[in-house]
Amino acid sequence: MSIFRSLIRKEVLHLLRDPRTVTVVLVMPVVLLLLFGFAISTEVNGVRLLAVVGQHTDETHRLLERFRSNPCFTLEGIVAPHEADDLLRQGKADAVLVLRTDGGQLTHQVITDASNTNLAQTATAYIESVASGESSSPIVLHTLYNPQLKSAYQFVPGIMGMIFILICSMMTSVSIVSERESSTMDLLLVSPVRPRTIILGKLVPYFLLSCLLLGLMLTLSYTVLGLPFSPSALHVVWLSLLYIILALGLGMLVSTLVSTQVAALLVSGMLFMVPVIMLSGMIFPVENMPVALQGVSCLIPARWYISALRVLMIQQLPVRHILPQTAVLALMTLVVLTLAAKKFNLRK
Amino acid sequence: MQTRILRILLKKELTLMLRNPLIPRLIVAMPLLVMLVIPLVADLDVKDVGVAVVDRDHSLLSRRLVADMDASASLTVTAVCDTYDEALRHIERGDADVVLTIPSGYFRDLSGGKSPHLDLSANGVNATKGILGAQYASRSLLQTLTRWSAEEGTALPEAATASVLNRYNPTLNFRNYMIPALMVVLLILICGFLPALNLVSEKESGTIEAMNVTPVGRFTFVLSKLIPFWAIGLLVVTVGMLVGWLVYGLVPAGHIAYIYLAAILFTLVMSGLGVSIANRSSTLLQSIFVMFAFIVIFQLMGGLFTPIASMPRWAQVLTYAIPPRYFIEIMRAVYLKGAGIADLWQQYAALAAFALLFCLVAAKTYRKRE
Amino acid sequence: MKTSENVISVRHLTKRFGDFTAVDDLSLDVRKGEIFGFLGANGAGKTTAMRMLCGLSRPTSGSGTVAGFDIVRQPEDIKRHIGYMSQKFSLYGQLTVRENLTLFATIYGMPASDIRRKADEACRALGMDGVRDRPVRDLPLGWKQRLAFTAATLHTPDIVFLDEPTGGVDPATRRKFWEMIYRASSEGMTLFVTTHYLDEAEYCHRVSIMVDGRIRALDSPAGLKQQFRAATMDEVFRIVAQDARRT
Repeated sequence: MSIFRSLIRKEVLHLLRDPRTVTVVLVMPVVLLLLFGFAISTEVNGVRLLAVVGQHTDETHRLLERFRSNPCFTLEGIVAPHEADDLLRQGKADAVLVLRTDGGQLTHQVITDASNTNLAQTATAYIESVASGESSSPIVLHTLYNPQLKSAYQFVPGIMGMIFILICSMMTSVSIVSERESSTMDLLLVSPVRPRTIILGKLVPYFLLSCLLLGLMLTLSYTVLGLPFSPSALHVVWLSLLYIILALGLGMLVSTLVSTQVAALLVSGMLFMVPVIMLSGMIFPVENMPVALQGVSCLIPARWYISALRVLMIQQLPVRHILPQTAVLALMTLVVLTLAAKKFNLRK
Repeated sequence: MQTRILRILLKKELTLMLRNPLIPRLIVAMPLLVMLVIPLVADLDVKDVGVAVVDRDHSLLSRRLVADMDASASLTVTAVCDTYDEALRHIERGDADVVLTIPSGYFRDLSGGKSPHLDLSANGVNATKGILGAQYASRSLLQTLTRWSAEEGTALPEAATASVLNRYNPTLNFRNYMIPALMVVLLILICGFLPALNLVSEKESGTIEAMNVTPVGRFTFVLSKLIPFWAIGLLVVTVGMLVGWLVYGLVPAGHIAYIYLAAILFTLVMSGLGVSIANRSSTLLQSIFVMFAFIVIFQLMGGLFTPIASMPRWAQVLTYAIPPRYFIEIMRAVYLKGAGIADLWQQYAALAAFALLFCLVAAKTYRKRE
Repeated sequence: MKTSENVISVRHLTKRFGDFTAVDDLSLDVRKGEIFGFLGANGAGKTTAMRMLCGLSRPTSGSGTVAGFDIVRQPEDIKRHIGYMSQKFSLYGQLTVRENLTLFATIYGMPASDIRRKADEACRALGMDGVRDRPVRDLPLGWKQRLAFTAATLHTPDIVFLDEPTGGVDPATRRKFWEMIYRASSEGMTLFVTTHYLDEAEYCHRVSIMVDGRIRALDSPAGLKQQFRAATMDEVFRIVAQDARRT
């Protein structure tokens, strides 16, 4: 046991000697959570609108006044048709409202900068609804689970899915490979210490670091970001621990497959980071992808983890709703750990 | 200026790059991967919105509302339920995004001149899909109601319909919005990571010390690290533009020279940053993590996936310090709107300033002597 | 301003890293054409001292000249007149023998025609004609070391600094290496060599022994043996370094 403890101490000292990396590791998740929580959203607010008015009448004044008082719009001014064109191209405005009065009948046209498709669509919808007047709509809208439609809610699970892969898989694989490069690993492997102990000694510090991060991120999510706290938080914790172990196993597996640090980085970067960001449903919904890529996404642990976290943290559903995801993650963990242990022994 | 030394150093960099087993492949594979896969994946368009209907009215009108909704392009009625709880379970299982409740007596009340309400509940877990789905659903409901009232001769408030002209991207194709920006992603990744990797691995192999003890000047050495990535950046942009043209049929509306000019400036920004970080790092892991932090923030705050206009005021101010912001604006404007330097000189000026700044920092932080 | 007599002349050089004084008050003169052996145990401060002389490290205090230039203010001028070979093999592994030689010779400003001729000559002298176009990564260690030495001396610098050049190579290669050092010396270059091998110290014209950042003894091998009443340099070293605190 004392060998094990001294191995861990060595690893922790090694980590602490590089305060910059530790800082990045600890600060980045916080920055990401805060950015997603407060800065980044896909909602459209503040459409910059230009008006081109053919003939000023009481009706056009009333209409423009409605836009001016609407918080969704910034009326940038009333301009001549050719100016509107220039401003749209320079990106100084998002949409133009053209008002014409023909024989007492007011007609309007909306010109959008459709180079940003989402903005153009939403702007059109907003303009139509303001222009048609605030007649009482016969439809009432509610939002379930996420009443303020905060995008932070959607991103918290995604960020956690990404960070653990980054730390557990990338850091462990690079750290094991760097030891092999400097051949201190051989030194350990010829010593009477059993390979199992060596591996555990490598993994435990990163496991502890990940637990620290898990605590940090959950605290932030439930306090600063205001995610609703409920008993399901407990399930979030054990599910995350399972995911962390899986990610550590992946890191170990990569380290047995490559021989240089750069290769370890590229492999874990290309094989883990990019798919996690692109295919796990973190940013882009899985169901919008082509079927082939949806199939690929099934192989990505983060996809299952993130979808389970969404169920637990946002929908707050009972634990039986995440059984399939948990089963898949457990199976993956088993396979990865078995493979890694086997490979690592052979490599001796 | 040590032109002769610079020339031999560049030759060395080029030879090393070509002999590296990974880099030439990366330069070709990355653009293909990013340009072919991401547009398939990065689809924020909302299609296939599932609607679970709770029809308590069971009238001719309620059935028509449901049928029209199912017939509309982006909406599918996945279940017709008897109770709201049952509909909610469809949401929990994920096969519906919106619940429509038609109250009992809706048809009677509407015909009787009252104004009854239809009730839409959107799933807020995926905010974009929920909100847009609910909007689509309510648009479909309104259309049906308008048509119905026209047929019945009863007056519902007339919805003013405007003609809409979508400039620059008339088909509202989301890919046209993404593809120019993807080339920015490519340059961020390739020109950010590779110089950092290159320099740190020279540090680890000790060759950088062999250089430090020679008369090679600081600027010459840093230039020999920056210029190759300049060339690689232009190559990558070219491959990206070719893929955009051949695969997606998207060609820049503006002059290609404006794109190259912006790309040159931006590669300098990124490789300058990469070299500066590598100068300050002692291990590979360290430089990669610091670089990674920059890249994540660049991608998120640069207006790539989410529009800058949607950010709160303070965050919008912050984005002025994020160089990719300007490059993304230039790429989209030149590609889709056919803009030129006259329209975009502010963005070019900002990029040039950043390029100068980062290259100076790169040269300043490179120490030949401890 | 170049003195013909001493090519290295430093006084009271000190280098501190935080609380740790790696090199403490080093004063030293090395004559032109000399083979100067710079001895010391691991961690005695040899490499740090050498890095200061080469302009790789800025002295915390002290002054001096190397190849006639001020080591504090003119490190870049010094670099033009020296060659350096570090203990870590530091040629570009992916470049071929000839590419490495051309790279370093060009950096030192040799004319292109000279480079081709001298590189060919050097390859022949090293017996590496057959592997001229092979990446140096694939060569055996002894060949790599001799190649690194050639790269450091192709431009005939005034002074060549060698940091443990023979670490880890077999005795036959070491002997070949010292033949190269003698040849360089006979061509008028000054050689400043750190080494662990005390038998190599015997080949030097003069030797200094560093202990805990300070020079404890400096003379010709014969003079040192006489001074410490020892039969071999090995014995001299043991006497001088017996009270070393850093090992």
